[in-house]
Amino acid sequence: MSIENNVLVKLNNVGLKQNQKWLVQGVSLQVEKGKIVTLIGPNGSGKSTTAKIALGFYKNIEGNVEKYTSNIGYVPQKISIDWTLPLRVNDLMLLTENLSDEVINESLTLTGVKHLKDKSLANLSGGEFQRVLLARAISKKPDLLVLDEPVQGVDFTGEIELYELIKELSLKLNCGILLISHDLHTVMSATDHVVCLNGHVCCCGSPSEVAKNSEYKALFGEQASQTLAIYEHKHDHVHTTDGEIKKK
Amino acid sequence: MLDDFFIRALVAGIGIAFVAGPLGCFVVWRRLSYFGDTLAHSALLGVTIAYSLEFNIAVSIFLISSVIALILIQLQRKTNLPSDALLGLLAHSSLAVGLVVIGFLTFIRFDIMGLLFGDILAVNKKDLFIIWFGGALILITLKIIWKPLFASTVNYELAEAEGLNPDRAKAVFTVLLAAIIAISIKLVGVLLITGMLIIPTAMARNLSDNPQKMVIFSIIGGLLSVIIGLFSSLEFNTPSGPSIIAAALVLFIFSLLKVKQTIQLKN
Repeated sequence: MSIENNVLVKLNNVGLKQNQKWLVQGVSLQVEKGKIVTLIGPNGSGKSTTAKIALGFYKNIEGNVEKYTSNIGYVPQKISIDWTLPLRVNDLMLLTENLSDEVINESLTLTGVKHLKDKSLANLSGGEFQRVLLARAISKKPDLLVLDEPVQGVDFTGEIELYELIKELSLKLNCGILLISHDLHTVMSATDHVVCLNGHVCCCGSPSEVAKNSEYKALFGEQASQTLAIYEHKHDHVHTTDGEIKKK
Repeated sequence: MLDDFFIRALVAGIGIAFVAGPLGCFVVWRRLSYFGDTLAHSALLGVTIAYSLEFNIAVSIFLISSVIALILIQLQRKTNLPSDALLGLLAHSSLAVGLVVIGFLTFIRFDIMGLLFGDILAVNKKDLFIIWFGGALILITLKIIWKPLFASTVNYELAEAEGLNPDRAKAVFTVLLAAIIAISIKLVGVLLITGMLIIPTAMARNLSDNPQKMVIFSIIGGLLSVIIGLFSSLEFNTPSGPSIIAAALVLFIFSLLKVKQTIQLKN
């Protein structure tokens, strides 16, 4: 970890080109200890690619990534367990790390799914599965958590609960979180910094004020506004269908 | 005791079953059955090279299978053909080339049936050493790469993100697959080695709810198949490979009964 400013990972003007096409270009962001950074953007805008660049998946990137920790917990976007592989929650917990029973119980309790420990993964609901994946990612007390759409396949109440849980975890573990949200306009209110992507950084900023938005409260209720916030933003450009950027 | 051909075949088969169980699980989990088949078919070429150059058969098969695996990886990168077509191409062409080469080597007498389907009489003391020593090496190596290999089987990106180097584990596993084919060809034969890897594992899947159990059951299934298969091979004078695989099939069918029971219980 860099000593002076708690930075865990820093992307400096990074880009990735595959088959003569830029997946993302010119992205700069940094995640610090105890801070939550949320990436939003439409499908195919390069959110997952950006997260994977931060994780060090690609070798031939433009720009550079400064990484100050190797203790990383990851929740991938899509994880499908094949029926040919019988797997219980407990087996998944032990996937990348040899953890003691105590640590496993502790992590599963934190995400509220300890009762599922000996259940087969095939029998879990979407929300239960996401909680198990989250428990697995936090079990080794990572410095950096990378969560790729952790609330996918979860209904709205479940979504609020999961976001609350993530907020709680970030406080408890004091780790940095890079969160990818599939939603364009709602982000966790605990987010410190929002980056809106569409092949490049369209805009970025803090969502802190918007939780007070009265329309939003009326729509989703008091409790939701403590967890979710509308990220109001306008862009000064549009993306045409052939990938060009046009100024408004 | 090892002077008796039947005891030798039995000791060889038991050694192979111990290695085939865990490797077979990964073959099934990673959907590599046809890949295993391709490597096994190329083994025939390895045998002919071993004979013509008077080289050790197991080492020769191991080298040829590894080369075929490398060629496959290169073809996958450089052509637009789907993997199953490339596998078919390599499997059948290497089998064909192997048989053509045998046709040329008229000065050596080949037992083609024995090569294709295994021969209970073919196992000598040196083979036993290769099977048990090589088998132990395979298992130790598998134990070392277990974590990255298993994690990347469940989810490749997760394994890579958390620093487990899945590509290296995959490469090592391919070599292990070539190695088990090399050590088991004499007893099981070129055409049936993949069956030895996947049928006991398929049986084990029906009986297990976690990966460890599946590995243990597939070893037990392999051991039973070898013992039952070899005894019936002796009794009915059938080739050893098909007898072992037929025994494994019977065990698999029995395991289906258990599946049916659990489904009924659930209802």
